[in-house]
Order: sequence, then structure tokens, then C-alpha cells
Amino acid sequence: MTSLVLLEFDASGIKQPSRSAVAAAAKLGEVHALVTGENVASAAAAAARLPGVAKVLAADAPSLAHALAEPLAALLVSLAPAYSHLLAAATAVGKNVMPRVAALLDVQPISDIAGVVDANQFVRPIYAGNALATVRSADARKVITVRAASFDPVAAEGGSASVESVAAPDAGSGSRFVGAELSRSERPELTAARVVISGGRGMQAGENFKLLEPIADRLGAAVGASRAAVDAGFVPNDYQVGQTGKIVAPELYVAVGISGAIQHLAGMKDSKVIVAINKDEEAPIFQVADYGLVADLFTALPELAAELEKG
Amino acid sequence: MKILVPVKRVVDYNVKVRVKADGTGVETAGVKMSMNPFDEIAVEEAVRLKEKGIATEIVAVSMGLAACQETIRTALAMGADRGVLVETDVELQPLAVAKLLQALVAKEAPGLVIMGKQAIDDDMSATGQMLAALLGWPQGTFASKVAIENGTATVTREVDGGLETVALALPAVVTTDLRLNEPRYASLPNIMKARKKPIETLKPADLGVDPAPRLAVVSVAEPPKRKAGVKVASVAELVAKLRTEAKVI
Ligand SMILES: Cc1cc2nc3c(=O)[nH]c(=O)nc-3n(C[C@H](O)[C@H](O)[C@H](O)COP(=O)(O)OP(=O)(O)OC[C@H]3O[C@@H](n4cnc5c(N)ncnc54)[C@H](O)[C@@H]3O)c2cc1C
Repeated sequence: MTSLVLLEFDASGIKQPSRSAVAAAAKLGEVHALVTGENVASAAAAAARLPGVAKVLAADAPSLAHALAEPLAALLVSLAPAYSHLLAAATAVGKNVMPRVAALLDVQPISDIAGVVDANQFVRPIYAGNALATVRSADARKVITVRAASFDPVAAEGGSASVESVAAPDAGSGSRFVGAELSRSERPELTAARVVISGGRGMQAGENFKLLEPIADRLGAAVGASRAAVDAGFVPNDYQVGQTGKIVAPELYVAVGISGAIQHLAGMKDSKVIVAINKDEEAPIFQVADYGLVADLFTALPELAAELEKG
Repeated sequence: MKILVPVKRVVDYNVKVRVKADGTGVETAGVKMSMNPFDEIAVEEAVRLKEKGIATEIVAVSMGLAACQETIRTALAMGADRGVLVETDVELQPLAVAKLLQALVAKEAPGLVIMGKQAIDDDMSATGQMLAALLGWPQGTFASKVAIENGTATVTREVDGGLETVALALPAVVTTDLRLNEPRYASLPNIMKARKKPIETLKPADLGVDPAPRLAVVSVAEPPKRKAGVKVASVAELVAKLRTEAKVI
């Protein structure tokens, strides 16, 4: 039984959610990894160094440059016969392509797994994480996306797999990449950060997110947000934590001016330690917070920055 | 151009769901049901395209129990022209829904299918991509902006790093993200008018589809509960606790 894991990477290597997907696949047996894109040699080399990966498949083609679902699905389908399980992290790329692969294979995908019971049974959150379903697949081949926050990622170094080139099928697709508008930040990625500090509607304006910065700098934290803060235009969409945003499980999550709606909790309640700063002592966020501070954030945040400086 | 909009009846997003004592699922008896919020956004987008003169007809489709009629009526009250109900008491999973939609697309020949990016009950986020695959159509998932011109849908997508734009040759499938639009409330006159709009009822067999589920639910359990912690009196106390008690900073 061998699994194939679709990896995502950037200039600094294989992304952490993909390394979590490798960890999930390792529970099933032998793991092969797939890197795709244009000029993927260094990414393939990085994949080959992942502990637990036995073989790397590298597909290098201009059509794969932007991870469009149509050509990527065609590639995965062409490789599928050799594998019992096809996996990817439940990222924007994984969620976009894996169901497409599943349909082409006549398989019901298993989305966003948080646990592996055995080769056929998986645990996945439903209803914004308010219930955990254990499901058994009757399909011969499994197509899976992995909730990265639920699996400790494999290390970036330690393995030495072979690399093999594979050809991208020549799939004409009606889809064309036009452009991207990506947020640039020196901070760690939300899904990989050890500490996350998020602001909500209580921040009142995008400008005020500056109050989080000295704290984030000091703690090496990523900055996140509630849906209300994103909808109000305070911060870009990729900051959103929650049922329909990013799922995070850092060592420390600090929620500032966030009420604690179930859809927000769905994205952060598996954090190790939760701190809430809110002026409303009845706010539901306090029901999940390990440490709650009832305070006006506009006085508490500068104080917090100053207190951390003292350390 | 005709637009097909699938709409799902789900437990209302405000309801705090409870796991059934016997671990077979969540309690749905006597619970408020509504249209999946992402599907409301899909209906709204279709109605706006009709108001702009780009769409000529909007067909709202729902699948499941007879009660899904209500969800279709909501779509009709928002501005859809007619409804199709695929009635079955089989638990429908995304693969089955995608196959049923594929058969309906063959029948209705829409130029565009707009649907929610995920249903807030099973959180699968799969049906739109699967339908696009079965039809061999391009897909624009997690859309926060859609522009239709000269047989092309230009779709801005919410991705992990920010936004990405793709151009899709129509026909295509688009799935909606939260920020695509703000759905309207149906006015009373429109709710009255919607009662007279036609809804066709079909069975999966009429569409030649076997809807049997591929995933068996073995059990459903409550997630581990977090205990509320303590309130701290000051920022200084908070930082001290994080340093010495939680040891996370
Ligand atoms: C289908 C669907 C999907 C959704 N997905 C998500 C998701 O992925 N992520 C998400 O976050 N939400 C999501 N939501 C929205 C969610 O239901 C809530 O509306 C949202 O999380 C509220 O954001 P908030 O807590 O910032 O705002 P509010 O609920 O308005 O809370 C603001 C809080 O700030 C506090 N506050 C105000 N001023 C101050 C001050 N000066 N000092 C201290 N505290 C202050 C208030 O006491 C209040 O508790 C979704 C909703 C739906 C329907």
C-alpha cells in the first residue's frame, strides 16, 4: 500500500501543511511525494530530504506553473493507478484540486481529515468542528485532504529519496491564470506560526492593527483576524481564521476584540493556550480562553507591548 | 445565458449543534433549517447577473427530502425563476450530488453553474469541483469577484496567500466565498410571487444516477471540550502567567 502526497513549496522549501500531510500519509504505509510546477528541481530536492518519503515524482511543465486545478487534476489522475491513497494538505490548492481528482476517479473524497484510524477509516470534523465523524470509505482508492493543524509535520531534513521525472498529460483546459495579488509579510505563515495574535471587529479600523505589531514582533507571531475584521476591510482575506478561513493550532493564540462566534472558534480552538482580550466580560471567547483579560484593547495592547519589552 | 444554482438545506448557522446520544449523528429534529449561507451568496450573484442582463434565466436546484422545497422557495423569492427538486431520502454525498447535477446540466444546458464553496454541515468543500470535473468544465472556486464578458468568466479567488485571478472559458462552474456579495432579504411581495413559480420534482432514477453513499458514518462524537480558564486582573499578571505557568513565551 503506497500513498502519493501532493506537495506545495516556496523558495524556502516544502510548506509546513504539506509536511503535515506527509505525516498523515506515513500512518498508512509507504509514501511517495509529488512536486509540480515550472523549474521544480530544487523543490524536488527538498522533497527528497523529507524523512519518510521513499520516492519523489517531479512534474515540470509550464501548464503546471500556477497549480490550476484542471491540469493538476489530470496529472494526479494519470499517476493514480499506482497508489492506494492520494493526499494533499487542506489548503486552497489541495481543496481546489483533490475533489476534482476524486470525481475523475469516481471516488467520494474525504475532506479535511483530523485523524487516521486505518487504511479505510478516517476522523473528520463536521459542523464547524462541533462534531467529529469517523467515516469508512468503500472506494478502492482514497482521495484525501489533510487538516494540517491535526498532524505534527515531518521535519524538513533527514531523508534521502530518489527523484523521478513524470510527464504532465497534455490536457487542454478552459482555465487560464491571469494574476495574483499576494500579501507580503515578514511574519511567519498563519498555519505554521508558534504564536498567533488575531484582531476582530473590536479593532475598529485597519490602522489599529498596528497595535498588534510590536507584540507580534516580540513573540515571533503571525497576525490573523476574524471574518468581521476582514469583511470590514481592516486586513486582507488571507488573515481570516475560522471555519471558512485558516485552521490554526499554535502554542499560543491571542484573540483581541473577537467575540468568539462558533465559526471563529472552529479555526483556533485546538490551540494549546488561548488568551482573550475583550471589554465584554460575557463574550463567548472567554469560555474557551485559558487566560482572559477583561479590558479595553486600546489600553491593554500598548501595555502588553511594554510588558513584553521588559522581559 | 441560463444559470443553474444548487441550494442545500442545512442546520441554520446560528444553531449550536448537539451530537446525538447514540453517536450516530447530530440532532436535527426540531432544529431550525436554512439555506446554506454560501448558497445564498450564489443565488444573489446569479440574480445580480440577471439584473445586469447577462443571465436570462435562473434555475434553483435542491436535493434531498421533500422539505428542500422550502429552500428552493427561498431562492425563488430572492429572484430565481424556477426550481428543480431531486427528491430522495438517501443521504446524499458530494459525489452523488455532482452526478445528479451533471445529469441536470445535460438536461438544462446552462452556461454557468454558481454554487457555494462549502456546506456548513458536512464542511466537505467538494461538490463544485467534482461537478466541474464530471462535465470537463473549468472551475473557479472560492470566488470573491466574478465578471462575465465575451464567453469568459473572470474569477478572483481567495487563496492562502491572498487573491488570484483566473479566466474561464464558459461554460464553467464557480463556487462562492463569503465576500462575493451580501445576499438580499426577500421582500414580502417577492415571497408571495415565489409561491407561484414552478418547481419540478424528479427522482435520482429519472436522472439515471445511483445516489448510494460511498462513505459510511461509523460514529459521531463530541470533540474534546475546552475548559474555561481564569480571568487575569492586569496585563502584568497575564504576562507573568504566560511566562511562568503556561510557559509559552
Ligand atoms: C457561513 C459563515 C462562515 C463564517 N466563517 C467565519 C470564519 O471563518 N471566521 C470568523 O472569524 N468568522 C466567521 N463567520 C462570522 C462569525 O459568525 C462572526 O460574525 C465573526 O467571527 C465575528 O467577528 P468578531 O468577533 O470580530 O466581531 P463581533 O462578534 O462583532 O465581536 C467584536 C468583539 O470585540 C469586542 N470589543 C469591541 N470593542 C472593544 C475594545 N475597545 N476593547 C476590547 N474589546 C472590544 C466586543 O466586546 C466583541 O466581543 C462566519 C459566518 C458564517 C455565516
